[in-house]
Order: sequence, then C-alpha cells, then structure tokens
Amino acid sequence: MIFDYETLRVIWWALLGALLIGFAMTGGFDLGVAILLPFLGKNDSERRVIINSIGATWEGNQVWFITAGGALFAAWPIAYSVAFSGFYFALLLTLFALFLRPIGFDYRSKLPSRKWRSNWDIALFVGGFVPALIFGVAFGNLLQGVPFHFDNDMRIFYTGSFWALLNPFALAAGLLSLAMLIMHGAVYLQLKTEGDIHRRCKKAATVFAIITLAVFALAGIWIANIDGYHISTEVLPNAPSNPLAKTVYKEPGLWLDNYANYPLLWAVPGLAFIAGAATLALSKIEQPGLAFITSSLTLASVILTAGVSMFPFLIPSSSAMNSSLTVWDASSSPTTLKIMFWVTVIFLPIVVAYTTWVFRVLRGKVTLEHIHQNDHTAY
Amino acid sequence: MISEAVVDLSRWQFAATSLYHFLFVPLTLGLSFLLAIMESTYVMTGKEIYKDMTQFWGKLFGINFALGVTTGLTMEFQFGMNWSYFSHYVGDVFGAPLAIEGLMAFFLESTFVGLFFFGWDKLGKGQHLLVTWLVALGSNLSALWILVANGWMQNPVGAEFNYETMRMEISSFSALLFNPAAQVKFVHTVAAGYTTASAFVLGISAYYMLKGRDAAFAQRSYTIAAGFGLAAILSVIVLGDESGYTDGEVQKTKLAAIEAEWHTVEPPAAFTVVGIPDQEAMETHYAIKIPWVLGLIGTRSIDEPITGLSEILEKNRLRIRDGMKAYSLLQTLRAGSKDANVRAEFDHYKQDLGYGLLLKRYTENVVDATDQQIELAAQYSIPRVVPLFWTFRIMVACGFIMLAIFIFAVIASSIRKCRQDWLLRASLYMMPLPWIASELGWFVAEFGRQPWTIAEILPTFLSASSLTELDLYLSLAGYIGLYTVFLIIEMFLMLKFIKLGPSSLHKGRYHFEIATGASL
Repeated sequence: MIFDYETLRVIWWALLGALLIGFAMTGGFDLGVAILLPFLGKNDSERRVIINSIGATWEGNQVWFITAGGALFAAWPIAYSVAFSGFYFALLLTLFALFLRPIGFDYRSKLPSRKWRSNWDIALFVGGFVPALIFGVAFGNLLQGVPFHFDNDMRIFYTGSFWALLNPFALAAGLLSLAMLIMHGAVYLQLKTEGDIHRRCKKAATVFAIITLAVFALAGIWIANIDGYHISTEVLPNAPSNPLAKTVYKEPGLWLDNYANYPLLWAVPGLAFIAGAATLALSKIEQPGLAFITSSLTLASVILTAGVSMFPFLIPSSSAMNSSLTVWDASSSPTTLKIMFWVTVIFLPIVVAYTTWVFRVLRGKVTLEHIHQNDHTAY
Repeated sequence: MISEAVVDLSRWQFAATSLYHFLFVPLTLGLSFLLAIMESTYVMTGKEIYKDMTQFWGKLFGINFALGVTTGLTMEFQFGMNWSYFSHYVGDVFGAPLAIEGLMAFFLESTFVGLFFFGWDKLGKGQHLLVTWLVALGSNLSALWILVANGWMQNPVGAEFNYETMRMEISSFSALLFNPAAQVKFVHTVAAGYTTASAFVLGISAYYMLKGRDAAFAQRSYTIAAGFGLAAILSVIVLGDESGYTDGEVQKTKLAAIEAEWHTVEPPAAFTVVGIPDQEAMETHYAIKIPWVLGLIGTRSIDEPITGLSEILEKNRLRIRDGMKAYSLLQTLRAGSKDANVRAEFDHYKQDLGYGLLLKRYTENVVDATDQQIELAAQYSIPRVVPLFWTFRIMVACGFIMLAIFIFAVIASSIRKCRQDWLLRASLYMMPLPWIASELGWFVAEFGRQPWTIAEILPTFLSASSLTELDLYLSLAGYIGLYTVFLIIEMFLMLKFIKLGPSSLHKGRYHFEIATGASL
C-alpha cells in the first residue's frame, strides 16, 4: 500500500475539510438565501421567486452536511462522539432548525392561505439562521478548547454547559459564519434573479461582504490573544489512536505557531481577504457569476484558516488538556481510512459531476412570469 | 456509572425517533419504484394518463419524502449525541457504511429528486425517466448501506477488538458487506417498502373507485399497485427475516425468544402458533403447535436443531465467567503490559469480553463479581419473550392478510369489471397494515437484540452518552413535540391532496375540474 498511517490521517483531515467547504459553498447559499427570504421578498410572488431559486437543488446541497457528519463518524469516531455529545443542545437546536427546511420548502406553496405561507417563511428563515449561527459558534468554541475528559475505558465526560458556548469569541465566530453565508446567498440570488429582487441582493451582498471582512479581521486579532494548544511530548503520527498518550499545554497566541513555522500559510487568511474584497467589487459591477466564485473562495479560505491554525488539533480539551483530540490520535484504523479513502476518491467526483449537470439543466434566472406560469407546481 | 434512567430515556428517544422515521421510509422506498414504473409506461406507450399518474402519486411522494428527510437528519446525528460510547467503541466499523450511504446513495437520491419535480419541462422524456429511476435507485441503495450497518449490530462479523484503542476495528470489509444478516435484512426491508407503497396506491385508488371518480386513472393505478404489491408481499414472506437468524449467537437467541423456544428439542422443532409464554417458568402455557414447521423455517432443514433459551442461558453463564478473565487481562494490557503471554491469553478470551461487560451493570470492577451477580447478568443476557412473541405474530398476521387481498386484487385486475365493492373496501381498510407490520418488524429486530447494541460485544446500557436525565427529558420532549406537529401537518396535506385526487394537477380533465360534475 502506498499510504502510511500518517499520510492517511492528513488526507482525512483534508477530506473532512473538503466536505465542510463543499457544504459551505453549496448548502451555505441555501442557508443565506433562506435568511434573506423575508427581507428581500416583499410579496408572495417575490418570495416564491427566491424560494424557487434554490427549490430544486437545496436538497442535494444539504447532503454535503450529512456526508460530512458521516465522514466524521467513519474517519474520526472519537471526535464525532465528543463533539456531538458535548455540544448536545447546540446540535439539537441545529437539528430542530434544519427540520423546518424540507417541510418548509415542500409544504409552503401547497396551500394558497396567506397566513400558512408567511408562517412557513418564518420557519424557513429560522431553518437558515440558526444553523448558520451555530456552525460558527461551534468553531469558535473548538478554537478555545472545550471541557471534556475520558476515563480509563475511554468513556467521554463533557463538563461544560450550553450557555458557556455562547461566549464573546464564539459569538464573534458565529457572526462571521452568519455574515459570510448571507453574503454567499445574496450573491447567488443576484445571479438567479432580475429586477427589484436583484437590486436588493446587490445591496445585501455589499453589506454582508463588508461585515465578513471586518469580523474576520477582528477574529484574527483576537486569536493572537486567546489560548492556543501545543503537544509537548514527542508526536507519533503512526501510532494507534489513543488520545491519552500525550502531554498538551496551552498558551495565548499558540494558534499562530503554524504560521510562524510555515510563513507560506499566511496565504490562506490572505486569500480570504482578497476573495472577500473581490466579491464586493464583482457584485457591484454586476458580475454575479464571478462574484459567486470569489465568494466560494472566501468561505473556503475562512474555514481553512480555522483548520490550519489548529492543526494538528481537532478538539482541544480545556479541562484535561492531555485528552485533546488531534489528527494523530483520534482517527479510525488505517484499514478504515484506506477503505473510506477509495470510496471517496471514486464517488465524490461522480457526485460533483452529476450535481454540475443538474445545475446546468436548471441554469438561468427564476422570474415572476415563471412563478405565475407554474403556479401549481412551483414551490 | 451511568444511571439506568439515562439509559432508558436514551432508548426511548432512539425508539421514538426511529419508529417515526420509519413511518416515511418504507413509502419512499416503494413509491419511488412505482413512480419509475408508471413513468416507464408513459414513455413506452406515450399515453398522457401515465404521466398524470406519475405526477399525482409524485405529489404525495413529495409530501411524504419531506418528512423522511427531516427525520433522517436525526438518525445520522443521534449516534454521536446520545450514544457516544457506542460511537467511539464501534465507529471504526459502523461509521463506514453510514458515510458510504451519504456518498453513494443519499447524494444521488437528493440531487435528482429536485429534478424529478422541476425537470418536466427542462428535460427530454428519456432524460426525465432516467432521473426518476435514479431517485429510486438512490433511495434503495440508501437502505442497503443502512442495513449493512444495522446487520452488523445483529451479527458483528469482519471486526476485531483492539485493546490499544479500546474499540472494535474493521478486519474484513467484504465480510461486513456480505454479512448474511445484512443481506437478508435488506431484501426483507425493501420488499416491505414496496408492499407499503403498493398498499398505499391500492387503497387510495380503491377509494376513488368507490366514490366513482376518475375511473381510468384509478383503475390503472390499482392494477399497477396490485401486481407490484403481490410480488412484493410474496418476497417479504418468503424471504422473511427469520432465514437470517441462523447466523450469529444473538440472532439465534432472538429466534428462540420470538418462538418461545425454551428448550432445545429433537429436530425438526414444532412451531407455536399461539400460547402464553411464561419467562419465569420457562414454558409456554396453552400452546398450539404445528409440528416440523419451525425447524423448516428456522434452519431450512429437518435435522438441524434450534437452540432453546435454557441452553443459551447455560452457555452464557460460562461466557460471562470467561468475559471476566478477558476484562481482567484487558486491564493489565491497558496499564501498559507488553507481556506476550498476557496478550496471547487475552486474544484467547477476548470474544467473551462483551459478556464480561454485562457485569458492569452490577459491579464497576467486573472481576470481583459474585456468583449471584453472574446469575443476574446471565438472566439479563436473554431478551424478554412476551413482547417479541406477540409483536412477531401480529406482524406475520398483517403479512398474510395483505397477501390475501393482493391476490384478490390481481385477479380482479386481470378480469375486467370484476372489481367488487367488498374488495375495494378491503383494499382501502388494509392501508394501515403495512405500517403496523413495518414498525413491529423494527421492534422485533431491535428489541430482540437486547441487551446488546452490538451483539455479544457492547451492552446497550454502556453505549449511552454521559448526559443527565434533564438533558434527555428536554430533548425527548422537543422531538415528540415537533414530530407530532409535523405529523399533523403532513397528514392534513396528505388527506387534502388525496381527496382532491388528480384534479390537483390542474390538467383540466379530472373530476373536480369537469364542469358537469361527477362522472360515474
């Protein structure tokens, strides 16, 4: 076999990142569009234009999120267990909000009642807003470390509370993810609509691109002052996954260590700024197609910035630092990583290919005429 | 030690969310195929009515599909949320099929389902038909991978315990994939889904015929559902789950419990039709038996015995004692021992480690268990017979009633003008049966696996997350509250569109659209 355990682990760290970025780029604009729905659609027909701009594709986009969850389970089972049981209520809220989407999209326009439809619009807004916020809050907490430890049987004990997750830094991270997903949604809608809605999208894209850039800069300054984590014992990247076999310490500013060691990495947050600024400009000069690409790049590099800052940490423990989960001690066995690698290498390109085909079939703007002509079949 | 209340609440939550999810899944599995069949007929014959059928039943499919997706989200995430020790202990094995399900199946189904609804004007006939078939393929592949994961919980082949990581790890992926328990489960479950969808279409079509509405539409739908349904229900019954119960000890235990087979008898064993099982006395009172039948169903032979519960219990007492040895050796290894003898000895006993873990319910240290505690653990290793005995029989009864009605429906469909009112009424009132059978089938398979989450490897009470009772009361209340509201909305919409019938397509040629009123 060409891959050793170390390489497989790094590949799976990258693949998990790729799935998350895939979700942000596709499912992300669905969340953003749903948040914008009540504000950019001034009447029922306009709202139906907005909903139908994502109606046929949001379902497939959401699978990126579900697959990222499945991949975390398969490739990083300990991290899956710790994160999901630890962030219990945060995840529960996310789930409850996401529940509103499949039924919101499908049921909203099945009845003509005004009240029925406006209630579903609120539901769709919640279904976009809550997950977009919580994803950022979760990353904000991962960066600070979360309080958990293991006993000798590797049973997990999480000692934090839900309210502790809502600390200032995490909320800033939440604001960042909200702003960038709204920006992404606005740019997508700008591409898919015309007239009044189109103009409003352009405004929203400008505002939220600026907020994204500002909060990202703020988080960058902030991160230099919060505790980062470091492994102080020898790193054994090919050893069996046992998170209890190392020593970890924390210190303010350690999350910038990777950048100090590999200055080339500054390109990642750098790209976030450049792509964000480009989105702002391209949206203004009516190039929504290109703006969508740069907006996607912004999301990708923001997520990647969090990843490379923490590398090799996945979930640092703030209460029992030695229990922290890293790329070197929280993965599946080499056999599982190998099997899942081949499955992903074969199927992910197929997924990307048919998704592209579907977007091609559905290309073009969604118009008010289209909604009126398809009154009984459109969402 | 994790409290019994937390374990019980976690189990209730899992049962509630799974049973609820499974209200929608069977219909999706089967209806996607029925849609593909209807649309294929449309493409081959060019008759618009088949397109209308695809679109109308597709509308109902969509209403059902939305809740299937909603409740499916919970399933993917609650292993980590509520069963974190399970997720750590077996994630290396169990996570793989779940992730593959996402990549190979759920992406396919979800990406194309949008085109199914919105692609009619944007695609050629053949292209749209392909899209519909891909949705059906995706949903059925989804079932395959989920049941590979579930089959492994029933009969955990292809995996080994690793003491360094304190978990199960894959040793053979092909054994995992071709696990006989998983294969049988897959066929049984998807066939049950086809039956459910057929009964759904059959019942609603019968309703239109009874009302004298949209005759051509209803008759064609009825005929397709009757044919597909008969083939499906025959598969469900013939390829019943029981044929998979010979692989794996826990599967055998489950079979013995379902059949209240207290003692091993001279093969071939008799089948107890009904009776009153008594777990204390280990016998079934007032049993009505049919000779030979159980042996034939259970082992597909006349000379292989079916192991009785008391023999299983006897074996488990010994395995618990070996499990104590395994646990003690594991502690030595976890403490850092590199002694090759300890390792060899552990390898010898480790297949019984799970039985040792059963003792954790009574003593944290396991190795200091008393004889009395070992006896308690042994009794605990056998599932409760009464609930399994009855749920299984009700499920089978539902199956045979459906078989009879589908046979009549096929006969009636092949001889035109032979649809009697009684048969149409029976078709209509049969509609709840496939759901009752599916839910009970889930119960038999999963309750019958107790006290294990992973048969013989990980007890259920150890699998739960270290949450508090309050956490679980809150989440359980949230799920039940939301799911109840969703179900009411779904039923409301479903009934509304069923009543409207194909008129809801606004094609201008169905019952409520024809100005002259009812067409009888």
